[in-house]
Amino acid sequence: MEKLKERNGKVLFSNYTLGEGVRKALSLSRDDILFEVKDSKLKGRGGAGFPVSTKWMLAAAAIADEKYVICNADEGEPGTFKDRVLLVEYPELVFEGMIIAGYAIGAKNGIVYLRGEYEYIRKSLEDFLVQMRKDNLLGKNICGKEGFDFDIKIFLGSAAYICGEETALIESLEGHRGEARNRPPYPVNTGYDGMPTSVNNVETFACVPHIIINGGEWYNNFGTKKSSGTKLFSVSGDCEKPDVYEWEWGITINELLEKVGAKNTKAVQVGGASGICVPKSEFDRKIAYEDIPTGGSIIIFNENRDMLKVLKNFMEFFVEESCGQCTPCRIGNTKLLEGVEMIENEEYTFAYLNKLKDLGKTMQVASKCGLGQSSPNSFLSILENFKDEIFYHEAGVENGN
Amino acid sequence: METKKNGRAPVSQKPHRIEKPEHPEYIGGSVKIQINEKELTVPLGTTILEACRDNHIHVPTLCHHDDLCIAGVCRVCVVEVENMHALQASCAFPITAPIKINTATPMVRKARKHIIDLLLSEHYGECYSCFRNNNCELQTLAKEYGVDHYNFGHIEKPKYKIDNSSYSVVRDMDKCVLCKRCIRTCIDLQEVGVLEAIGRGDETHIGTFLDKQLSDVICINCGQCINRCPTGALRANDPRDEIWEAIDNPKKHVVIQTAPSPRAAIGEEFGLEAGRSMTGELNTALRRIGFSKVFDTNFTADLTIMEEGTELILRLYKALVKGEDADKVPQFTSCSPGWVKYLEHFYPEYIDNLSTAKSPQQMFGAVIKTFYAQEANIDPADIVTVAVMPCSAKKFECNRSEMDDSGFKDVDYGLTTRELAQMIKETGIHLPELPKSEFDNPFGEASGAGLIFGATGGVMEAALRTVIELVTGGKVEDLFENANITPVRGFEGIRYVELPITEVGEVPEMYKKYFDSWDWLKGATLKVAVAHGTANAKKVMEDIKAGGKFSECHFIEFMGCPGGCIGGGGQPIPTNATIRAKRAEAIYAEDEGLPIRKSHENPHIGYIYEKFLTDGPCGDKSHKLLHTTYTKRGEYIA
Ligand SMILES: Cc1cc2nc3c(=O)[nH]c(=O)nc-3n(C[C@H](O)[C@H](O)[C@H](O)COP(=O)(O)O)c2cc1C
Ligand code: SF4
Ligand code: SF4
Ligand code: SF4
Ligand code: SF4
Ligand code: FES
Repeated sequence: MEKLKERNGKVLFSNYTLGEGVRKALSLSRDDILFEVKDSKLKGRGGAGFPVSTKWMLAAAAIADEKYVICNADEGEPGTFKDRVLLVEYPELVFEGMIIAGYAIGAKNGIVYLRGEYEYIRKSLEDFLVQMRKDNLLGKNICGKEGFDFDIKIFLGSAAYICGEETALIESLEGHRGEARNRPPYPVNTGYDGMPTSVNNVETFACVPHIIINGGEWYNNFGTKKSSGTKLFSVSGDCEKPDVYEWEWGITINELLEKVGAKNTKAVQVGGASGICVPKSEFDRKIAYEDIPTGGSIIIFNENRDMLKVLKNFMEFFVEESCGQCTPCRIGNTKLLEGVEMIENEEYTFAYLNKLKDLGKTMQVASKCGLGQSSPNSFLSILENFKDEIFYHEAGVENGN
Repeated sequence: METKKNGRAPVSQKPHRIEKPEHPEYIGGSVKIQINEKELTVPLGTTILEACRDNHIHVPTLCHHDDLCIAGVCRVCVVEVENMHALQASCAFPITAPIKINTATPMVRKARKHIIDLLLSEHYGECYSCFRNNNCELQTLAKEYGVDHYNFGHIEKPKYKIDNSSYSVVRDMDKCVLCKRCIRTCIDLQEVGVLEAIGRGDETHIGTFLDKQLSDVICINCGQCINRCPTGALRANDPRDEIWEAIDNPKKHVVIQTAPSPRAAIGEEFGLEAGRSMTGELNTALRRIGFSKVFDTNFTADLTIMEEGTELILRLYKALVKGEDADKVPQFTSCSPGWVKYLEHFYPEYIDNLSTAKSPQQMFGAVIKTFYAQEANIDPADIVTVAVMPCSAKKFECNRSEMDDSGFKDVDYGLTTRELAQMIKETGIHLPELPKSEFDNPFGEASGAGLIFGATGGVMEAALRTVIELVTGGKVEDLFENANITPVRGFEGIRYVELPITEVGEVPEMYKKYFDSWDWLKGATLKVAVAHGTANAKKVMEDIKAGGKFSECHFIEFMGCPGGCIGGGGQPIPTNATIRAKRAEAIYAEDEGLPIRKSHENPHIGYIYEKFLTDGPCGDKSHKLLHTTYTKRGEYIA
């Protein structure tokens, strides 16, 4: 597939021949694949970082007539665009990862849930699938493997952030309103159409063919002890070279800023709107599951940015994108946004803001799904880390509330 | 790619429950857990909430309702589960592993309080001007958590317009807490599905298709959503003001009829346990309120049995003997206006199967404004008829344009049990303390058959008591102990019963003009069925469509509401399975104690056929006054 530009990376952005991963996988047993993935310590790249092998083993162990492999290509987190790069430039990795997952868990059906706004790449993906069917990488008895049938369909999402949450995604696929389900039961058990389903991120799938070809041990050569492998980063904001990069886990924020030519950086939002806002004093922290985890969104703010506006932007996003199902998220986000507006209009009291922080903590534990549980993150971290700027206008004199 | 069409349920959680094992005592069938340090063993799949309730540990709830599938949306019921970073909604968490639960940690208490504070911040309404004052789950929660001020502010203006377009249900969405009980009721319990959450984030609200007003969508007016709403967001369209006005107007002769179910439930509004019948006390109360006459709807229930039973016999005769109109069998009951409208919308091709007999309420209206007016020598124009019903659909029914066969609006107002209780309270009466009194003549007392109309299976039982005796010439008591036809009773969603007719008797005088022997029924097997709640009705109708066993039935009783009228949308709140069972028990117990328990033995019925409906059941006179027509509505409103 045509690349938008030349990219370099140690795993995903390295050379790859179509079909290699699937052929290797089909020469192995299902268990071998599951253990190879386990050895790689690959964790989900969609944000939550759940071990891929655990999810797959549960799905593999489930007994059912049908099973599903779903690729989460909803990519709705503000500041993330790495999945799109993979789908446009490396679709073979994503699709082969899905096929391997299907083989490992015993599923015949793959579904790509494609973000509504990505409709324009649907055609090229469909064409690519047609080619893969011709090459017998999809369809019946794949690559001559007797009894292994697998095919992939593409479903266009309904352009709501919540539909990236895996159970809301499944609801949406089933034709219902995009709302998170109660868990347990989990999708590996009761997923799409009530059947065992593994939902994984685009990037997660893309890692798999490389892991199968080179082995799980090999994957541990990259990254840190607790965060194996490489990660794609969607870097945007105040820097010279915004782009999608592949770096090893464990990169510090300082190193990252250097690579993308960011100057006078005041803050870095790691993990999109639902992530946390890291102040300058903490730029030596590592991006890794054990320190600052992320689904890959990096937004850089230089000294000219107004952090309150940044926060307001995020809160407006959540007020709008909450599915509206549960109380803490639906009303809680409105209250947090009101709090930001109070600060903006200088009509706040610290006592009330403290109440809101407390409320934020309730939202983190009492909301029904990840959206509401993570939506107060930026509120809490920005108010904490940038309080001098926000309340005292840096000098700390004008607004002695 | 095709999206899956696995039912229309818009609710997420319906198919995603963990079923409990049939034998929790087998190995792997139960789990050992700890709640607040107490060791317990529960069947696999028990929710945390169920485990708590079974062990008398209080956990507050709001979106949960025993009749409905799990939602897990309000989050008021959260508890801490050891080793899980987030709190868990106890109503939605099935226990499948040995977990440790804590229901009262600081985090839990704070979260619940926050959630209540948040709900109140958006709640536009004042308790003292709300019909749910003192019986509101939101209010109760606020009290339980000691809310004495608004922690997160309070909405100043209403966001929505009150929708009172429907004859039956008023929607005041400013009081809605988005618990989705109404949605789940309408789709899961009733299979109607006119309500759904619309919009996202802070714009989320409960709406109808395209946010149309309720009168413009295919709501069947059953009011089941009202009964399950935890707040005052849903209520019935209340005619109390107009009724008071009529009572206070000396020129008006205001008569009231009371259906069987309200008397079995109204005590609950006065703090009594469910299951205490208040027939005599209610009569006294109604007179004290100022109604001129108090009639028993059971009388027209008896009349309905005569008309509907005769209609059934005639339909069977036509189909079996003459080979005509075979597709009009099975005959469907038509006394539940929720069911009737459901059929008109969803199965319009079957309206010919509906009995043309009006419901007891409407028969009474027509009889009062004709026969009674004549007997009492009152100008029907001055008569106002009120019907106390367990039902909100009755309000719609009395406003159907065809319901004016008396020359006037047959029934002026449908009043729910709840609204009547309110009127009694306004009069300063404590119902349970009143002396008992009887119904007024010329209709007097009715039979037990009319009374049991209130419970699911009751119409069928009443009809069978009469049909069996008319056909066999024998006694029901010889077939069913004490004339209790228990196979058609109970709460199973759908019941099917076969009754072989081995003996036939003399044809009664009133049928001689149609045929002179019952021989055509000898050896036949009467097949009947009972379904309650329109979700169950749907199952039966789908079976009929597919030519299944219900298509072979002769007579099917359908009730719009779960449990039948005792569980109607106008009954006291709360209503749940236990309460419905107790109300039904009260009705059956009262029936057993009555001297007359069969409609055809009611002497007042004999009197009205003798004096007024002189050409007998299903004769021309009764056809004009007591029978009606239906509309094939389909997806249309009118
Ligand atoms: C509000 C919300 C939005 C999400 N959006 C996405 C998304 O766009 N893409 C994605 O891969 N995962 C998203 N997730 C995470 C998914 O729920 C799920 O964890 C993920 O698809 C699992 O795949 P992984 O294990 O490969 O990361 C989102 C989660 C939440 C709570
Ligand atoms: S947390 Fe927010 S997005 Fe998730 S279920 Fe609740 S309202 Fe919906
Ligand atoms: S719905 Fe409940 S809380 Fe709201 S005004 Fe009515 S009684 Fe009060
Ligand atoms: S009255 Fe019945 S049909 Fe109408 S909205 Fe309520 S539950 Fe649905
Ligand atoms: S109208 Fe009543 S039942 Fe329906 S969501 Fe609102 S509060 Fe709940
Ligand atoms: S009662 Fe459990 S979430 Fe509402």
